Amino acid sequence: MNILDYTATELSEKIKQGEIKVTEAVEAVFERIGIKEEELHCYITLEKDKALARAEQVQRKIDSGELTGPLAGVPFAIKDNLCTEGTLTTCASKILENFVPTYSAEAVRLLEQAGVVILGKTNMDEFAMGSTTETSYYGVTKNPHNTAHVPGGSSGGSAAAVAAGECFAALGSDTGGSIRQPASYCGVVGMKPTYGTVSRYGLIAYGSSLDQIGPLTKDVRDCATILETIASHDSKDSTSMEREGTDFTSALVEDVKGMRIGIPRDYFGEGIDGEVKDKVLNAAKRLEAMGAVVEEFDLSLVEYAIPTYYTIAAAEASSNLERFDGIKYGYRVPGVEDLHPMYKRTRSEGFGPEVKRRIMLGSFVLSSGYYDAYYLKALKVKALIKKAFDEAFARYDCILGPVAPTTAPELGKSLADPIKMYLGDIYTIAVNLAGLPGISIPCGTDSKGLPIGLQLIGDCFQEKKLIQAAYTYEQGGM
Amino acid sequence: MANVIDDATIEYVGILAKLELSEEEKEQAKKDMARMLDYIDKLGELDTEGVEPMSHVFPVRNVFREDVVTNGDDRENILRNAPAEKDGMFVVPQTFEG
Repeated sequence: MNILDYTATELSEKIKQGEIKVTEAVEAVFERIGIKEEELHCYITLEKDKALARAEQVQRKIDSGELTGPLAGVPFAIKDNLCTEGTLTTCASKILENFVPTYSAEAVRLLEQAGVVILGKTNMDEFAMGSTTETSYYGVTKNPHNTAHVPGGSSGGSAAAVAAGECFAALGSDTGGSIRQPASYCGVVGMKPTYGTVSRYGLIAYGSSLDQIGPLTKDVRDCATILETIASHDSKDSTSMEREGTDFTSALVEDVKGMRIGIPRDYFGEGIDGEVKDKVLNAAKRLEAMGAVVEEFDLSLVEYAIPTYYTIAAAEASSNLERFDGIKYGYRVPGVEDLHPMYKRTRSEGFGPEVKRRIMLGSFVLSSGYYDAYYLKALKVKALIKKAFDEAFARYDCILGPVAPTTAPELGKSLADPIKMYLGDIYTIAVNLAGLPGISIPCGTDSKGLPIGLQLIGDCFQEKKLIQAAYTYEQGGM
Repeated sequence: MANVIDDATIEYVGILAKLELSEEEKEQAKKDMARMLDYIDKLGELDTEGVEPMSHVFPVRNVFREDVVTNGDDRENILRNAPAEKDGMFVVPQTFEG
Protein backbone atom coordinates (compact mmCIF):
# COMPACT_ATOMS: atom_id res chain seq x y z
CA MET A 1 0.00 0.00 0.00
CA ASN A 2 1.25 3.47 -0.87
CA ILE A 3 2.05 5.56 2.21
CA LEU A 4 -0.15 8.35 0.85
CA ASP A 5 -3.21 6.08 0.88
CA TYR A 6 -3.26 5.93 4.67
CA THR A 7 -5.39 8.30 6.68
CA ALA A 8 -3.59 10.51 9.20
CA THR A 9 -4.37 8.27 12.16
CA GLU A 10 -3.53 5.08 10.23
CA LEU A 11 -0.19 6.58 9.26
CA SER A 12 0.59 7.55 12.84
CA GLU A 13 -0.21 3.99 13.94
CA LYS A 14 2.18 2.55 11.33
CA ILE A 15 4.85 5.01 12.45
CA LYS A 16 4.46 4.06 16.09
CA GLN A 17 4.62 0.36 15.15
CA GLY A 18 7.94 1.12 13.44
CA GLU A 19 6.70 0.16 9.95
CA ILE A 20 7.11 3.66 8.51
CA LYS A 21 9.60 6.37 9.48
CA VAL A 22 8.35 9.94 9.91
CA THR A 23 10.96 11.09 7.38
CA GLU A 24 9.66 8.54 4.85
CA ALA A 25 6.14 9.89 5.23
CA VAL A 26 7.30 13.49 4.86
CA GLU A 27 9.40 12.61 1.82
CA ALA A 28 6.51 10.73 0.24
CA VAL A 29 4.32 13.82 0.60
CA PHE A 30 7.00 16.09 -0.88
CA GLU A 31 7.35 13.69 -3.78
CA ARG A 32 3.61 14.05 -4.42
CA ILE A 33 3.91 17.83 -4.03
CA GLY A 34 6.69 17.77 -6.60
CA ILE A 35 4.35 16.12 -9.09
CA LYS A 36 1.09 17.94 -8.35
CA GLU A 37 1.83 21.32 -6.86
CA GLU A 38 2.84 23.19 -9.97
CA GLU A 39 -0.59 22.60 -11.44
CA LEU A 40 -2.76 22.70 -8.30
CA HIS A 41 -1.01 25.40 -6.25
CA CYS A 42 -2.37 24.35 -2.86
CA TYR A 43 0.38 26.11 -0.91
CA ILE A 44 1.61 29.67 -0.58
CA THR A 45 4.69 28.61 1.42
CA LEU A 46 6.40 25.21 1.64
CA GLU A 47 9.01 24.50 4.31
CA LYS A 48 10.68 21.28 3.20
CA ASP A 49 13.94 21.67 5.12
CA LYS A 50 12.15 22.60 8.32
CA ALA A 51 9.73 19.70 7.84
CA LEU A 52 12.51 17.16 7.37
CA ALA A 53 14.41 18.44 10.41
CA ARG A 54 11.21 18.34 12.42
CA ALA A 55 10.51 14.80 11.18
CA GLU A 56 13.82 13.61 12.66
CA GLN A 57 12.99 15.30 15.95
CA VAL A 58 9.49 13.79 16.07
CA GLN A 59 10.90 10.34 15.22
CA ARG A 60 13.29 10.54 18.18
CA LYS A 61 10.44 11.49 20.50
CA ILE A 62 8.34 8.60 19.22
CA ASP A 63 11.25 6.18 19.60
CA SER A 64 11.89 7.36 23.15
CA GLY A 65 8.21 6.96 24.04
CA GLU A 66 7.72 10.65 24.66
CA LEU A 67 5.20 10.97 21.83
CA THR A 68 2.47 8.33 21.82
CA GLY A 69 -0.62 10.19 20.63
CA PRO A 70 -2.77 9.47 17.56
CA LEU A 71 -1.30 12.31 15.46
CA ALA A 72 2.40 11.74 16.17
CA GLY A 73 4.41 11.98 12.95
CA VAL A 74 1.56 13.15 10.70
CA PRO A 75 2.55 15.57 7.87
CA PHE A 76 0.17 18.50 8.19
CA ALA A 77 -0.80 21.67 6.29
CA ILE A 78 -1.90 24.92 7.92
CA LYS A 79 -4.11 27.58 6.37
CA ASP A 80 -2.15 30.76 5.85
CA ASN A 81 -4.28 32.86 8.20
CA LEU A 82 -2.97 30.92 11.22
CA CYS A 83 0.22 32.29 12.70
CA THR A 84 3.20 29.95 12.65
CA GLU A 85 6.29 31.07 14.56
CA GLY A 86 9.19 31.67 12.20
CA THR A 87 7.20 30.81 9.05
CA LEU A 88 5.80 33.39 6.63
CA THR A 89 2.07 34.00 7.24
CA THR A 90 0.47 36.09 4.49
CA CYS A 91 -3.30 35.59 4.83
CA ALA A 92 -3.06 35.44 1.00
CA SER A 93 -2.66 39.23 0.99
CA LYS A 94 0.00 41.54 -0.36
CA ILE A 95 -0.27 43.54 2.85
CA LEU A 96 1.29 40.63 4.78
CA GLU A 97 3.72 39.56 2.05
CA ASN A 98 6.68 39.65 4.46
CA PHE A 99 5.08 38.90 7.83
CA VAL A 100 6.87 36.27 9.93
CA PRO A 101 4.97 35.75 13.22
CA THR A 102 6.86 35.64 16.50
CA TYR A 103 4.40 33.12 17.93
CA SER A 104 2.16 30.28 16.80
CA ALA A 105 -1.61 30.10 16.95
CA GLU A 106 -2.83 28.06 19.93
CA ALA A 107 -4.36 25.40 17.62
CA VAL A 108 -1.03 25.08 15.80
CA ARG A 109 0.85 24.84 19.10
CA LEU A 110 -1.44 22.04 20.30
CA LEU A 111 -0.94 20.10 17.05
CA GLU A 112 2.84 20.45 17.28
CA GLN A 113 2.70 19.33 20.90
CA ALA A 114 0.85 16.24 19.60
CA GLY A 115 3.73 15.57 17.21
CA VAL A 116 2.53 16.66 13.78
CA VAL A 117 5.02 17.84 11.15
CA ILE A 118 4.03 21.08 9.43
CA LEU A 119 4.77 21.07 5.70
CA GLY A 120 3.71 24.59 4.81
CA LYS A 121 0.96 27.16 4.59
CA THR A 122 -2.02 26.71 2.31
CA ASN A 123 -3.60 29.10 -0.15
CA MET A 124 -6.92 30.78 0.64
CA ASP A 125 -9.08 33.71 -0.31
CA GLU A 126 -7.45 36.96 0.80
CA PHE A 127 -8.25 37.42 4.51
CA ALA A 128 -10.64 34.45 4.10
CA MET A 129 -13.03 36.66 2.12
CA GLY A 130 -14.30 34.57 -0.73
CA SER A 131 -15.76 31.21 -1.68
CA THR A 132 -13.36 30.08 -4.41
CA THR A 133 -9.73 30.82 -3.32
CA GLU A 134 -9.59 33.09 -6.39
CA THR A 135 -9.17 36.30 -4.36
CA SER A 136 -5.69 35.18 -3.19
CA TYR A 137 -2.92 37.63 -4.06
CA TYR A 138 -0.72 34.60 -4.78
CA GLY A 139 -2.76 33.01 -7.55
CA VAL A 140 -5.60 30.49 -7.75
CA THR A 141 -5.72 26.92 -6.48
CA LYS A 142 -7.25 24.27 -8.73
CA ASN A 143 -9.64 21.49 -7.79
CA PRO A 144 -7.75 18.16 -7.79
CA HIS A 145 -10.84 16.37 -9.18
CA ASN A 146 -10.99 18.66 -12.22
CA THR A 147 -8.43 21.41 -12.66
CA ALA A 148 -10.82 23.59 -14.68
CA HIS A 149 -12.79 24.09 -11.45
CA VAL A 150 -12.19 25.95 -8.20
CA PRO A 151 -11.49 24.07 -4.95
CA GLY A 152 -13.96 26.28 -3.07
CA GLY A 153 -12.96 28.62 -0.33
CA SER A 154 -11.83 30.26 1.60
CA SER A 155 -9.86 27.22 2.88
CA GLY A 156 -9.42 26.01 -0.71
CA GLY A 157 -5.71 25.26 -0.45
CA SER A 158 -6.22 23.12 2.65
CA ALA A 159 -9.08 21.13 1.06
CA ALA A 160 -7.24 20.63 -2.23
CA ALA A 161 -4.03 19.59 -0.44
CA VAL A 162 -5.88 16.88 1.52
CA ALA A 163 -7.71 15.68 -1.60
CA ALA A 164 -4.51 15.56 -3.67
CA GLY A 165 -2.38 13.79 -1.05
CA GLU A 166 -0.22 16.89 -0.64
CA CYS A 167 -0.68 16.46 3.13
CA PHE A 168 -2.45 13.97 5.39
CA ALA A 169 -4.66 16.56 7.05
CA ALA A 170 -4.99 20.32 7.30
CA LEU A 171 -6.36 23.12 9.44
CA GLY A 172 -8.77 25.63 8.00
CA SER A 173 -10.99 28.37 9.37
CA ASP A 174 -14.72 28.83 8.86
CA THR A 175 -16.49 32.20 9.10
CA GLY A 176 -19.42 31.49 6.77
CA GLY A 177 -18.65 28.02 5.41
CA SER A 178 -14.95 28.32 4.62
CA ILE A 179 -14.09 24.82 5.88
CA ARG A 180 -17.27 22.94 4.94
CA GLN A 181 -17.73 24.29 1.42
CA PRO A 182 -14.20 23.58 0.10
CA ALA A 183 -14.35 20.18 1.84
CA SER A 184 -17.54 19.52 -0.11
CA TYR A 185 -16.07 20.69 -3.45
CA CYS A 186 -12.89 18.64 -2.95
CA GLY A 187 -14.51 15.46 -1.58
CA VAL A 188 -12.94 15.52 1.89
CA VAL A 189 -14.28 15.80 5.44
CA GLY A 190 -14.36 19.25 7.06
CA MET A 191 -15.76 20.41 10.37
CA LYS A 192 -16.51 23.72 12.01
CA PRO A 193 -16.95 23.19 15.75
CA THR A 194 -19.20 25.15 18.12
CA TYR A 195 -18.04 28.76 18.47
CA GLY A 196 -15.50 28.99 21.29
CA THR A 197 -14.36 25.35 21.12
CA VAL A 198 -11.00 26.08 19.47
CA SER A 199 -8.97 29.09 20.61
CA ARG A 200 -8.77 31.85 17.99
CA TYR A 201 -5.46 33.05 19.44
CA GLY A 202 -3.14 33.51 16.47
CA LEU A 203 -5.91 33.28 13.87
CA ILE A 204 -5.81 36.48 11.83
CA ALA A 205 -9.30 37.83 12.52
CA TYR A 206 -11.96 38.35 9.85
CA GLY A 207 -15.36 38.24 11.59
CA SER A 208 -14.47 37.58 15.20
CA SER A 209 -17.95 36.59 16.36
CA LEU A 210 -18.15 34.00 13.55
CA ASP A 211 -14.60 32.68 13.01
CA GLN A 212 -13.74 29.15 14.13
CA ILE A 213 -10.77 26.92 13.34
CA GLY A 214 -11.35 23.31 12.36
CA PRO A 215 -9.92 20.27 10.55
CA LEU A 216 -10.01 19.14 6.90
CA THR A 217 -9.34 15.43 6.66
CA LYS A 218 -9.57 12.20 4.68
CA ASP A 219 -12.14 10.66 6.98
CA VAL A 220 -14.33 11.20 10.05
CA ARG A 221 -11.91 9.47 12.45
CA ASP A 222 -9.11 11.89 11.53
CA CYS A 223 -11.54 14.78 11.88
CA ALA A 224 -12.64 13.75 15.40
CA THR A 225 -9.05 13.06 16.44
CA ILE A 226 -7.77 16.44 15.30
CA LEU A 227 -10.70 18.32 16.79
CA GLU A 228 -10.10 16.57 20.11
CA THR A 229 -6.46 17.70 19.95
CA ILE A 230 -7.09 21.37 19.15
CA ALA A 231 -10.15 21.97 21.38
CA SER A 232 -9.09 23.83 24.49
CA HIS A 233 -9.99 26.54 26.93
CA ASP A 234 -7.45 29.27 26.35
CA SER A 235 -7.13 32.38 28.49
CA LYS A 236 -5.54 34.12 25.50
CA ASP A 237 -8.92 34.07 23.69
CA SER A 238 -11.63 35.59 25.87
CA THR A 239 -14.37 33.94 23.77
CA SER A 240 -12.89 30.47 24.23
CA MET A 241 -15.34 28.31 26.20
CA GLU A 242 -14.77 26.19 29.25
CA ARG A 243 -16.75 23.25 27.98
CA GLU A 244 -17.15 19.55 28.49
CA GLY A 245 -17.49 16.71 26.04
CA THR A 246 -14.46 17.37 23.87
CA ASP A 247 -13.47 13.67 23.86
CA PHE A 248 -14.80 13.60 20.31
CA THR A 249 -13.26 10.25 19.34
CA SER A 250 -15.56 8.54 21.84
CA ALA A 251 -18.36 9.29 19.33
CA LEU A 252 -16.80 7.14 16.59
CA VAL A 253 -19.58 4.63 17.04
CA GLU A 254 -21.47 2.99 14.19
CA ASP A 255 -25.04 3.53 15.33
CA VAL A 256 -27.78 5.95 14.36
CA LYS A 257 -30.72 3.94 15.67
CA GLY A 258 -33.36 6.29 16.98
CA MET A 259 -31.37 9.40 16.09
CA ARG A 260 -33.78 12.17 15.07
CA ILE A 261 -32.68 13.87 11.87
CA GLY A 262 -34.52 16.88 10.44
CA ILE A 263 -34.34 17.90 6.79
CA PRO A 264 -35.22 21.57 6.20
CA ARG A 265 -37.58 21.76 3.21
CA ASP A 266 -36.31 25.30 2.66
CA TYR A 267 -32.85 23.89 1.82
CA PHE A 268 -34.16 22.06 -1.24
CA GLY A 269 -36.09 24.79 -3.01
CA GLU A 270 -35.03 27.20 -5.70
CA GLY A 271 -31.36 27.34 -6.69
CA ILE A 272 -30.26 23.83 -5.75
CA ASP A 273 -28.75 21.65 -8.45
CA GLY A 274 -30.79 18.49 -9.17
CA GLU A 275 -27.85 16.12 -8.80
CA VAL A 276 -26.80 17.68 -5.49
CA LYS A 277 -30.36 17.38 -4.21
CA ASP A 278 -30.64 13.71 -5.22
CA LYS A 279 -27.32 12.66 -3.68
CA VAL A 280 -28.02 14.47 -0.41
CA LEU A 281 -31.52 12.99 -0.13
CA ASN A 282 -30.10 9.54 -0.95
CA ALA A 283 -27.72 9.99 1.96
CA ALA A 284 -30.70 10.80 4.18
CA LYS A 285 -32.40 7.60 3.00
CA ARG A 286 -29.30 5.59 3.85
CA LEU A 287 -29.26 7.00 7.37
CA GLU A 288 -32.95 6.20 7.66
CA ALA A 289 -32.29 2.64 6.52
CA MET A 290 -29.64 2.41 9.24
CA GLY A 291 -32.23 3.26 11.86
CA ALA A 292 -32.36 7.05 12.05
CA VAL A 293 -35.75 8.76 12.28
CA VAL A 294 -35.75 11.16 9.36
CA GLU A 295 -38.39 13.79 8.67
CA GLU A 296 -38.80 17.05 6.80
CA PHE A 297 -39.55 20.35 8.52
CA ASP A 298 -39.57 24.09 7.87
CA LEU A 299 -36.56 25.83 9.36
CA SER A 300 -37.66 29.32 8.21
CA LEU A 301 -35.64 32.54 7.73
CA VAL A 302 -33.17 30.77 5.41
CA GLU A 303 -33.12 33.60 2.84
CA TYR A 304 -32.29 36.17 5.53
CA ALA A 305 -29.04 34.51 6.62
CA ILE A 306 -26.87 35.88 3.81
CA PRO A 307 -27.77 39.58 4.14
CA THR A 308 -27.44 39.25 7.93
CA TYR A 309 -24.06 37.60 7.60
CA TYR A 310 -22.59 40.06 5.11
CA THR A 311 -23.63 42.99 7.29
CA ILE A 312 -22.10 41.56 10.45
CA ALA A 313 -19.01 40.05 8.83
CA ALA A 314 -18.23 43.23 6.86
CA ALA A 315 -18.70 45.36 9.99
CA GLU A 316 -16.34 43.18 12.01
CA ALA A 317 -13.86 42.96 9.13
CA SER A 318 -13.71 46.74 8.74
CA SER A 319 -12.82 46.99 12.40
CA ASN A 320 -10.42 44.01 12.49
CA LEU A 321 -8.51 45.11 9.40
CA GLU A 322 -7.84 48.59 10.79
CA ARG A 323 -4.66 47.13 12.27
CA PHE A 324 -3.02 46.85 8.85
CA ASP A 325 -1.59 50.33 8.69
CA GLY A 326 1.99 49.86 7.50
CA ILE A 327 3.52 50.72 10.87
CA LYS A 328 4.38 47.61 12.85
CA TYR A 329 4.47 44.82 10.25
CA GLY A 330 3.58 44.02 6.69
CA TYR A 331 3.67 46.13 3.57
CA ARG A 332 4.28 49.90 3.71
CA VAL A 333 3.99 52.01 0.58
CA PRO A 334 7.42 53.50 -0.14
CA GLY A 335 8.16 57.20 -0.37
CA VAL A 336 5.10 58.75 1.28
CA GLU A 337 6.12 61.30 3.87
CA ASP A 338 2.90 62.12 5.70
CA LEU A 339 1.19 59.73 8.08
CA HIS A 340 -2.41 59.69 6.85
CA PRO A 341 -1.60 59.49 3.15
CA MET A 342 0.79 56.66 4.04
CA TYR A 343 -2.01 54.74 5.81
CA LYS A 344 -4.39 55.20 2.91
CA ARG A 345 -1.94 54.37 0.15
CA THR A 346 -0.55 51.37 2.03
CA ARG A 347 -4.01 49.91 2.53
CA SER A 348 -5.18 50.73 -0.98
CA GLU A 349 -2.18 48.98 -2.50
CA GLY A 350 -2.02 46.21 0.06
CA PHE A 351 -5.64 44.97 -0.06
CA GLY A 352 -7.34 43.33 -3.05
CA PRO A 353 -10.78 44.29 -4.47
CA GLU A 354 -12.95 41.87 -2.43
CA VAL A 355 -11.28 42.91 0.84
CA LYS A 356 -11.73 46.59 0.01
CA ARG A 357 -15.36 45.97 -0.94
CA ARG A 358 -16.08 44.42 2.46
CA ILE A 359 -14.14 47.07 4.41
CA MET A 360 -16.11 49.80 2.62
CA LEU A 361 -19.44 48.09 3.28
CA GLY A 362 -18.50 47.44 6.90
CA SER A 363 -17.41 51.04 7.45
CA PHE A 364 -20.71 52.19 5.98
CA VAL A 365 -23.02 49.96 8.05
CA LEU A 366 -21.23 51.01 11.23
CA SER A 367 -21.25 54.72 10.40
CA SER A 368 -23.36 57.18 12.30
CA GLY A 369 -26.84 57.41 10.84
CA TYR A 370 -26.76 53.88 9.38
CA TYR A 371 -25.70 51.82 12.39
CA ASP A 372 -29.25 51.19 13.65
CA ALA A 373 -30.77 50.56 10.24
CA TYR A 374 -28.15 48.06 9.12
CA TYR A 375 -25.85 46.73 11.82
CA LEU A 376 -28.30 46.59 14.74
CA LYS A 377 -31.02 45.27 12.45
CA ALA A 378 -28.71 42.42 11.40
CA LEU A 379 -27.95 41.59 15.05
CA LYS A 380 -31.70 41.38 15.72
CA VAL A 381 -32.26 39.07 12.76
CA LYS A 382 -29.35 36.98 14.00
CA ALA A 383 -31.31 36.52 17.25
CA LEU A 384 -34.33 35.33 15.23
CA ILE A 385 -32.19 32.89 13.24
CA LYS A 386 -30.71 31.50 16.43
CA LYS A 387 -34.24 31.03 17.81
CA ALA A 388 -35.29 29.13 14.68
CA PHE A 389 -32.41 26.71 15.23
CA ASP A 390 -33.25 26.40 18.94
CA GLU A 391 -36.77 25.32 17.97
CA ALA A 392 -35.42 22.81 15.45
CA PHE A 393 -33.02 21.28 17.98
CA ALA A 394 -35.83 20.85 20.46
CA ARG A 395 -37.09 18.21 18.01
CA TYR A 396 -34.00 16.90 16.22
CA ASP A 397 -30.55 15.62 17.13
CA CYS A 398 -29.20 16.99 13.92
CA ILE A 399 -30.18 18.80 10.75
CA LEU A 400 -29.22 17.28 7.40
CA GLY A 401 -28.82 19.16 4.15
CA PRO A 402 -26.47 20.05 1.33
CA VAL A 403 -23.28 22.04 1.96
CA ALA A 404 -23.63 24.13 -1.18
CA PRO A 405 -26.31 24.43 -3.89
CA THR A 406 -23.97 23.23 -6.64
CA THR A 407 -20.68 21.41 -7.13
CA ALA A 408 -17.47 23.41 -7.67
CA PRO A 409 -17.89 26.18 -10.26
CA GLU A 410 -15.42 26.66 -13.09
CA LEU A 411 -12.43 28.89 -12.49
CA GLY A 412 -12.99 32.52 -13.39
CA LYS A 413 -16.79 32.40 -13.27
CA SER A 414 -17.57 33.62 -9.75
CA LEU A 415 -15.93 36.94 -8.91
CA ALA A 416 -17.72 39.10 -11.48
CA ASP A 417 -21.01 38.86 -9.58
CA PRO A 418 -20.35 39.02 -5.81
CA ILE A 419 -23.97 38.61 -4.73
CA LYS A 420 -24.35 35.48 -6.83
CA MET A 421 -21.17 34.14 -5.25
CA TYR A 422 -22.48 34.98 -1.78
CA LEU A 423 -25.67 32.98 -2.52
CA GLY A 424 -23.53 29.85 -2.69
CA ASP A 425 -23.07 30.20 1.08
CA ILE A 426 -26.79 29.91 1.79
CA TYR A 427 -26.64 26.54 3.62
CA THR A 428 -23.45 27.13 5.59
CA ILE A 429 -23.69 30.72 6.76
CA ALA A 430 -26.52 30.48 9.30
CA VAL A 431 -24.48 27.89 11.20
CA ASN A 432 -21.84 30.55 11.93
CA LEU A 433 -24.44 33.14 12.89
CA ALA A 434 -25.91 30.73 15.44
CA GLY A 435 -22.49 29.48 16.65
CA LEU A 436 -23.40 25.86 15.81
CA PRO A 437 -21.16 22.94 14.82
CA GLY A 438 -21.38 21.63 11.27
CA ILE A 439 -19.63 18.88 9.35
CA SER A 440 -19.27 18.23 5.63
CA ILE A 441 -18.75 14.67 4.43
CA PRO A 442 -18.59 13.34 0.86
CA CYS A 443 -21.84 11.77 -0.41
CA GLY A 444 -21.09 11.10 -4.05
CA THR A 445 -20.25 12.94 -7.24
CA ASP A 446 -22.17 14.62 -10.04
CA SER A 447 -22.15 13.50 -13.68
CA LYS A 448 -18.95 15.49 -14.27
CA GLY A 449 -17.19 13.62 -11.46
CA LEU A 450 -17.17 16.59 -9.08
CA PRO A 451 -17.71 15.75 -5.40
CA ILE A 452 -20.91 16.54 -3.51
CA GLY A 453 -20.94 17.18 0.22
CA LEU A 454 -23.52 16.28 2.84
CA GLN A 455 -23.84 18.72 5.73
CA LEU A 456 -24.89 17.75 9.23
CA ILE A 457 -25.60 20.56 11.65
CA GLY A 458 -25.85 20.10 15.40
CA ASP A 459 -26.95 22.12 18.38
CA CYS A 460 -24.25 23.97 20.29
CA PHE A 461 -21.78 21.56 21.96
CA GLN A 462 -23.33 18.54 20.21
CA GLU A 463 -20.41 17.72 17.91
CA LYS A 464 -20.49 14.12 19.10
CA LYS A 465 -23.91 13.56 17.54
CA LEU A 466 -22.60 14.87 14.22
CA ILE A 467 -19.46 12.76 14.42
CA GLN A 468 -21.47 9.64 15.26
CA ALA A 469 -23.91 10.18 12.38
CA ALA A 470 -21.13 11.08 9.94
CA TYR A 471 -19.02 8.10 11.00
CA THR A 472 -21.97 5.73 10.66
CA TYR A 473 -22.76 7.05 7.20
CA GLU A 474 -19.12 6.80 6.14
CA GLN A 475 -18.73 3.24 7.43
CA GLY A 476 -21.95 2.26 5.70
CA GLY A 477 -20.34 3.07 2.35
CA MET A 478 -21.56 5.28 -0.39
CA MET B 1 -31.72 50.21 -7.63
CA ALA B 2 -33.38 51.58 -4.53
CA ASN B 3 -30.17 52.71 -2.89
CA VAL B 4 -28.06 55.37 -4.56
CA ILE B 5 -24.61 56.07 -3.20
CA ASP B 6 -23.41 59.57 -4.05
CA ASP B 7 -19.86 60.87 -4.33
CA ALA B 8 -19.95 62.47 -0.89
CA THR B 9 -20.87 59.16 0.75
CA ILE B 10 -18.10 57.26 -1.02
CA GLU B 11 -15.61 59.96 0.00
CA TYR B 12 -16.82 59.75 3.59
CA VAL B 13 -16.66 55.94 3.70
CA GLY B 14 -13.19 56.11 2.14
CA ILE B 15 -12.08 58.29 5.06
CA LEU B 16 -13.61 55.89 7.61
CA ALA B 17 -12.08 52.87 5.86
CA LYS B 18 -8.72 54.62 5.36
CA LEU B 19 -8.72 53.69 1.70
CA GLU B 20 -7.76 55.87 -1.22
CA LEU B 21 -9.75 54.68 -4.21
CA SER B 22 -9.06 55.57 -7.82
CA GLU B 23 -11.89 57.21 -9.80
CA GLU B 24 -12.59 53.87 -11.43
CA GLU B 25 -12.65 52.08 -8.07
CA LYS B 26 -14.99 54.74 -6.67
CA GLU B 27 -17.51 54.24 -9.47
CA GLN B 28 -17.36 50.48 -8.96
CA ALA B 29 -17.68 50.88 -5.18
CA LYS B 30 -20.78 53.07 -5.61
CA LYS B 31 -22.44 50.37 -7.70
CA ASP B 32 -21.32 47.48 -5.50
CA MET B 33 -22.45 49.15 -2.31
CA ALA B 34 -25.82 50.20 -3.69
CA ARG B 35 -26.47 46.68 -4.92
CA MET B 36 -25.40 45.15 -1.64
CA LEU B 37 -27.57 47.56 0.37
CA ASP B 38 -30.55 46.74 -1.86
CA TYR B 39 -29.93 43.13 -0.98
CA ILE B 40 -29.48 43.82 2.74
CA ASP B 41 -32.72 45.85 2.72
CA LYS B 42 -34.46 42.46 2.56
CA LEU B 43 -33.99 42.35 6.33
CA GLY B 44 -36.55 45.15 6.52
CA GLU B 45 -39.25 42.58 5.68
CA LEU B 46 -38.84 41.12 9.16
CA ASP B 47 -40.53 42.60 12.17
CA THR B 48 -37.82 42.85 14.83
CA GLU B 49 -39.77 45.08 17.21
CA GLY B 50 -38.72 44.17 20.75
CA VAL B 51 -36.00 41.75 19.64
CA GLU B 52 -32.74 42.19 21.53
CA PRO B 53 -29.73 42.55 19.19
CA MET B 54 -27.59 39.43 19.60
CA SER B 55 -23.90 40.19 19.50
CA HIS B 56 -22.82 36.91 21.03
CA VAL B 57 -24.60 33.55 20.82
CA PHE B 58 -23.73 32.49 24.35
CA PRO B 59 -24.37 34.41 27.56
CA VAL B 60 -21.44 36.80 27.69
CA ARG B 61 -19.48 37.92 30.67
CA ASN B 62 -16.40 40.03 30.94
CA VAL B 63 -13.22 38.06 31.25
CA PHE B 64 -10.93 39.71 33.76
CA ARG B 65 -7.31 39.01 34.53
CA GLU B 66 -4.62 40.62 36.62
CA ASP B 67 -2.78 43.33 34.71
CA VAL B 68 0.59 41.63 34.70
CA VAL B 69 2.98 41.00 31.85
CA THR B 70 3.17 37.30 31.00
CA ASN B 71 5.03 37.37 27.70
CA GLY B 72 8.76 38.01 27.62
CA ASP B 73 10.70 40.72 25.89
CA ASP B 74 10.61 39.84 22.19
CA ARG B 75 11.49 43.28 20.87
CA GLU B 76 14.14 42.14 18.44
CA ASN B 77 11.90 39.59 16.70
CA ILE B 78 8.91 41.91 16.66
CA LEU B 79 10.91 44.75 15.12
CA ARG B 80 12.17 42.38 12.47
CA ASN B 81 8.66 42.62 10.94
CA ALA B 82 8.62 46.42 11.00
CA PRO B 83 8.73 48.19 7.62
CA ALA B 84 11.24 50.60 9.20
CA GLU B 85 12.96 50.64 12.61
CA LYS B 86 15.67 52.58 14.38
CA ASP B 87 17.28 52.15 17.80
CA GLY B 88 14.67 49.62 18.92
CA MET B 89 11.71 51.71 17.78
CA PHE B 90 9.26 51.82 14.86
CA VAL B 91 10.02 54.57 12.36
CA VAL B 92 6.88 56.35 11.16
CA PRO B 93 6.28 59.21 8.73
CA GLN B 94 6.21 62.68 10.24
CA THR B 95 3.10 63.03 12.40
CA PHE B 96 3.24 66.68 13.52
CA GLU B 97 4.32 69.83 11.76
CA GLY B 98 7.86 70.68 12.89
